[in-house]
Amino acid sequence: MKRIYAREEWCLGCHLCEYNCAFANSGLDTMTKLKGIKINPRIQVEENDGIFYAVSCRHCEEPLCVKGCITGALSIKDGVIHINKEKCVGCFTCILSCPYGCIMPAETGVIQKCELCQTNSKGSPACVSGCPNRAIVFEEG
Amino acid sequence: MKSFKYVIIGNSAAGIGCAEGIRQIDKKGTIAIISDEKHHTYSRPLISYLLEGKTDLQRMKYRPDNFYKQHNIVLISGEKAVSINKESKTIKLEKGEEIKYEKLLAALGSSPFIPPMDGLEQVKSKFTFMKLDDAINLDKELSKDKKVLIVGAGLIGLKCAEGIYKKSGKITIIDLANRILPSILDEDGSVIIQKHIESKGIHFILNDSVSRFESNSAFLKSGNIIEFDILVIAVGVRPNVSLIKNAGGKINKGIWTNEKCETSLPDIYSAGDCTESFDITCDKERILALLPNAYMQGECAGINMAGGQKLYDKAIPMNAIGFFGLHLITAGSYEGNFFVKSDKSNYKKLFFKDDLLKGYIMIGDVNRGGIYTRIIREKIPLSTLDFELIKERPQLMAFELNERKKMLANISERSV
Ligand SMILES: Cc1cc2nc3c(=O)[nH]c(=O)nc-3n(C[C@H](O)[C@H](O)[C@H](O)COP(=O)(O)OP(=O)(O)OC[C@H]3O[C@@H](n4cnc5c(N)ncnc54)[C@H](O)[C@@H]3O)c2cc1C
Repeated sequence: MKRIYAREEWCLGCHLCEYNCAFANSGLDTMTKLKGIKINPRIQVEENDGIFYAVSCRHCEEPLCVKGCITGALSIKDGVIHINKEKCVGCFTCILSCPYGCIMPAETGVIQKCELCQTNSKGSPACVSGCPNRAIVFEEG
Repeated sequence: MKSFKYVIIGNSAAGIGCAEGIRQIDKKGTIAIISDEKHHTYSRPLISYLLEGKTDLQRMKYRPDNFYKQHNIVLISGEKAVSINKESKTIKLEKGEEIKYEKLLAALGSSPFIPPMDGLEQVKSKFTFMKLDDAINLDKELSKDKKVLIVGAGLIGLKCAEGIYKKSGKITIIDLANRILPSILDEDGSVIIQKHIESKGIHFILNDSVSRFESNSAFLKSGNIIEFDILVIAVGVRPNVSLIKNAGGKINKGIWTNEKCETSLPDIYSAGDCTESFDITCDKERILALLPNAYMQGECAGINMAGGQKLYDKAIPMNAIGFFGLHLITAGSYEGNFFVKSDKSNYKKLFFKDDLLKGYIMIGDVNRGGIYTRIIREKIPLSTLDFELIKERPQLMAFELNERKKMLANISERSV
């Protein structure tokens, strides 16, 4: 299955992926409307001492988030881990379970996670297509 | 006599985990799930959210409507299993029917513990809070002019309070212990959560207990008297062990199982709240009555029942709950040295010992807490991490480059 991989030696730490992610999932028609909004992206750039890289859901083969989900809101479809926001009640058991810290609260009180842009209008990962230095790739692993 | 390759008693997290585990390995073998609750599998923790209006009967289903059909499972619901005959490999149902199994899973869950309290039989409107039917029945009684007394300031009692908050009159919660949620929080944490819940107008009486009831009055040890209209008993739960016990299976605190989730009886497995697990954070057998554990134990049992290989050997206590918008997550045991970081709205405490992270509590900001959970579960030596960095905030940066690449980079780029 194709997954998003980080190549930390190429990451500039520009945070564009975070903006592209937030925009792709915002439903807004232009990126400029993000101005002034505190974005809450599903991908996060970690940085320390000149090291940067982007982290997003690994779509684990043995996903602890899905197994531990108390409501059945998280499920796997063709290897991709999806969230049903109607079912989710925001208990955050998945945040407790995710070994990578890749699930986060959404503004609505439930959770959000990377769904590889399959459920928004982009269709394929916006963080990858917008990365200026190929520091995030979408590949078979 | 009906006969199935796999019979699962219990249609909840552990039972469903088992069925899904079986189907990973064996797509064809017949499966029956027996349940005394007459419902499609539902999420037990959501019964409080149902009362609160945050979910409904459809959305709280633990698996989609077509689940049994999709996995080719026969659901025998509204039927209680009353005995197991391990020689003939049959189960007897309450109505007399017998069912034959090749492999059996006992995923029996737990039952509310009701301590002896004088005069309890006089109380007309009393509930426990474990099952969907409990919630539905409680809901029918609730109204704004009715005062509710909840006995027990543990997870279930507090979740019940939150669930009924908008629909009931004054809520009072009483507990024998001197603080709330003592099994999952330290003292400071208990105070934070208690204050938050109190700020909503819910009243706590701690260090006290009911010595007797007289119709709608509870007479407390301290001499105080509490008037109420509805009583909810949420003192604690006890594992349902009797089916296995009566069949001769080994019971300690709960049903004993090995790492493959086998009981001491041939071809009989057990999982979930009815069992005890080996908690790797304190090296003790404990009852970990939590949904993620129930599911994973059930799944492990199912895989083994179907001839696969899987061990359930990383059990740790872990909780994620919220009360009135304040979230907390906790994991592991609270042993050894600790590190605290707190400010006005957040509280974090990490416990570490022998180069291992043993446990943690996060209240308010729970972001990325799962990274700590992993360090506990995988017993990652703290000396291999940048502990100073990760103490401040859970982050993958604290791992060595190699480890980070294993997590984030494609295979071809992982060699260093
Ligand atoms: C109000 C509430 C809130 C909770 N919140 C959380 C939470 O936030 N997070 C969390 O991790 N956990 C929570 N829990 C605990 C969680 O619900 C349990 O850990 C989980 O449901 C255990 O699953 P199980 O399959 O082992 O058992 P159960 O869910 O108890 O299911 C066992 C089933 O077996 C049936 N059964 C038993 N004996 C027989 C028999 N002889 N014949 C037929 N059927 C039988 C029972 O009726 C029941 O339906 C909560 C529990 C409650 C009550």
